[in-house]
Amino acid sequence: MTVAHNHIRLVLPRADFDLDVDFSFPARGISVLFGPSGAGKTTILRCVAGLEHAANGRVIIHGETWQDQHSNTFLPTWRRPLGYVFQEPSLFSHLDVRANLEYGLRRVKAAGTGRNNLDAAIELLGIAGLLKRRAHQLSGGERQRVAIARALATQPQLLLLDEPLAALDYARRREILPWLERLRDELSTPMLYVTHSAEEVARLASQLVVLERGRVVAVGAVAEVLAATDVPVVIGEDAGALLEARIAARDTQWHLARADFDSGSLWLRDNGMAMGRKVRLRILARDVSITSEQPHHTSIQNLLPCTIESIAPDSHPSQALVRLSCGQSLLLARVTRRAVAGLALQTGKAVWAQVKSVALVE
Amino acid sequence: MRALLAVGAFIFCSCTLAQSAALNVAVAANFAAAMQEIGAAFESETGHRAVLAFGSTGKFYAQIKNGAPFQILLAADSQTPLRLEREGLAVVGTRFTYATGRLVLWSKREGFVDGQGEVLRSDNFRHIAIADPKLAPYGAATIEALSHLGLLARLTPKFVQGENVSQTYQFVATENAALGFIALSQVYSQGKIARGSAWVVPSELYRAIHQDAVVLAKGRDNPVALEFARFLRSDTARRIIQAYGYEG
Amino acid sequence: MLSEAAWQAVWLTIELASLTTILLLLLATPLAWWLGHTRSPLRAAVGALVALPLVLPPTVLGFYLLLAMGPQGPLGQLTQAMGFGTLSFTFSGLLIGSIIYSLPFAVQPLQHAFEAIGTRPMEVAATLRARPLDAFLTVALPLAAPGFITAAILTFAHTVGEFGVVLMIGGNIPGETQVVSTQIYGYVEAMEYAEAHWLAGSMLLFSFAVLLVLGLMNSRNSRLLP
Repeated sequence: MTVAHNHIRLVLPRADFDLDVDFSFPARGISVLFGPSGAGKTTILRCVAGLEHAANGRVIIHGETWQDQHSNTFLPTWRRPLGYVFQEPSLFSHLDVRANLEYGLRRVKAAGTGRNNLDAAIELLGIAGLLKRRAHQLSGGERQRVAIARALATQPQLLLLDEPLAALDYARRREILPWLERLRDELSTPMLYVTHSAEEVARLASQLVVLERGRVVAVGAVAEVLAATDVPVVIGEDAGALLEARIAARDTQWHLARADFDSGSLWLRDNGMAMGRKVRLRILARDVSITSEQPHHTSIQNLLPCTIESIAPDSHPSQALVRLSCGQSLLLARVTRRAVAGLALQTGKAVWAQVKSVALVE
Repeated sequence: MRALLAVGAFIFCSCTLAQSAALNVAVAANFAAAMQEIGAAFESETGHRAVLAFGSTGKFYAQIKNGAPFQILLAADSQTPLRLEREGLAVVGTRFTYATGRLVLWSKREGFVDGQGEVLRSDNFRHIAIADPKLAPYGAATIEALSHLGLLARLTPKFVQGENVSQTYQFVATENAALGFIALSQVYSQGKIARGSAWVVPSELYRAIHQDAVVLAKGRDNPVALEFARFLRSDTARRIIQAYGYEG
Repeated sequence: MLSEAAWQAVWLTIELASLTTILLLLLATPLAWWLGHTRSPLRAAVGALVALPLVLPPTVLGFYLLLAMGPQGPLGQLTQAMGFGTLSFTFSGLLIGSIIYSLPFAVQPLQHAFEAIGTRPMEVAATLRARPLDAFLTVALPLAAPGFITAAILTFAHTVGEFGVVLMIGGNIPGETQVVSTQIYGYVEAMEYAEAHWLAGSMLLFSFAVLLVLGLMNSRNSRLLP
């Protein structure tokens, strides 16, 4: 058996159900643990951190074994090179921001390079102006940014984030999300990110692990998993696909911008995005309709040639979820079953997807 | 056992005062054991109930001055009844000595105290317990006796003081102090010293420890109070008092 | 004014209260931490044991201490075997008595402070590479500072006002075991009310001043540490 770079296997009996997970995640980017409240997401994070002890388990991070019941290995939390950002901003109230940031740094052996790392973290999270303040003098968003920087300053091999935005209001969430995107794009540290917010998944996830009642029900690249038609947690009202694209053109007369993805392009409202900027586009299944021939007289601006990959029953018996492949990318369309029969839709058939609405994820 | 009862009475200072018209008697702690027997005899002879409160005479004085509902006081000394009479808090002409205390040097260890008190001249002990001479008549008597014997200066560094004789007895009974000067009544039972070793201090070495009783102002119009005072001087009561080691 | 004996008692009282406070805080800190965080079935029993001095009348507690410290008592046996002799009627004996007597007044505020902090700050410290003892000293202790001040105030005040235990195991030896409270009591019993008033008044003033200063420190601290 080959051992993945980052691999987690945990079995832990709980009062309501048993946690039993086994998954790997890549060495970079944000791996989101997604699922409803009580699915066991936080417990996984706590076990990975060693704050809870799953007697039966194995945690390998960056090739290092943190826990393995077979070799009787269990590193205590303080010996695991990790950073942990808790749901509520957990700054030490008896220390100012600088002392909070230095708390972990001082306890890491290689303090010399750590100093640069602290400066980098301060710069990365834009908290240079807050260093002399105490926790109660900061807003919730600022506290969480300091908490993230404090965790990063120790140069962790893994950053664990447990719903870091859940305790914040809408405005604060909007304030922090760009910083998290920056971490994802600029750091080489892998992150395990717990959330039950579809918005955060769409915006932040590179990898998605979907959990339900202690089990992994789907795992993979985010676009892949979101376009799956067999994952019940994902196919709600908000079922839809996620595309990585780049702003490529602008129609100033009609206030539209063109985003190109690997196998096509889509027009969306021009909000003044910079040319060449990387964006994530969210296309909900209910906003995609299907025609068997290329429509010519339609108000719909975005038409994509696709092939039907699969047709699955939706949550209501009148509806079906159709998975479409458009080059390398995947789309979901929600149509009635009558339309499936009327148009004789079936796997492998070439169709046109009409995309009524494209949302820029931000 | 009697002494232990007295200890218990002191510790819990059960100053329970009946609300009814019953007779409330304040009794010096050292007299507790004897008093309980006398109270029972009084009740069976007259049918009247005496409610007894045990405590230190100094505390009773402060309480009586501040309106405590006692009708008779059996003090541990003779000054307090006199003082109360002068202050108009006691009925003039009702003072009398109900018991005269005897001082004894006692140790829990058999044979430790000899019949002459020669042990006082030895260095065989670290602490000697006495009652606080400022507070307790037995303490004052101890100081007086030791000065007569010319031992006061020599023994003073070894003094540990109990607030009263009950506490002094505890120090010795628990052997925290090897020996101490206490009241004979505390270790006297059925005509002899019950246990340990003792030297009854000759009475010419100290002024007699008169314990006086007095009818208080609140008992002035209570015939039972006067009856109780009479009973305390009866042969029945005197026999009990002597059996507890007091001079009746 | 105060006599020389009274001054001696005053200094002895301050010495006793200060030493009791220092020693008791050292002793109570690990105990309170354990009580605040353990899931051991012994927790309830130990908590009750710590609270017992609240229930027992001080003179009764003193009486048992007298028995325990006596030559036949367990404590007395131990101290004699160690070559210290018996502890009754000594300052050390008084100190031990005071520590037992004030135990709940130190343990309970600390325990509540530790419980109020919860486990989260210690977890945060662990994820920042702090060993358990390191985390305890650098996180739990500073966060529990208001609890320490409360514990110190209560212990100090309670020891100054201690009477029943001292009466029982002290023996009223000037400069060794004669403290302010027993001396005031002696004055009252001896009907020397003037001296009693002077000493009692001074003790009240002093205690008020100490409590006021500590209280001010505490409220300033709690503003700093919300």
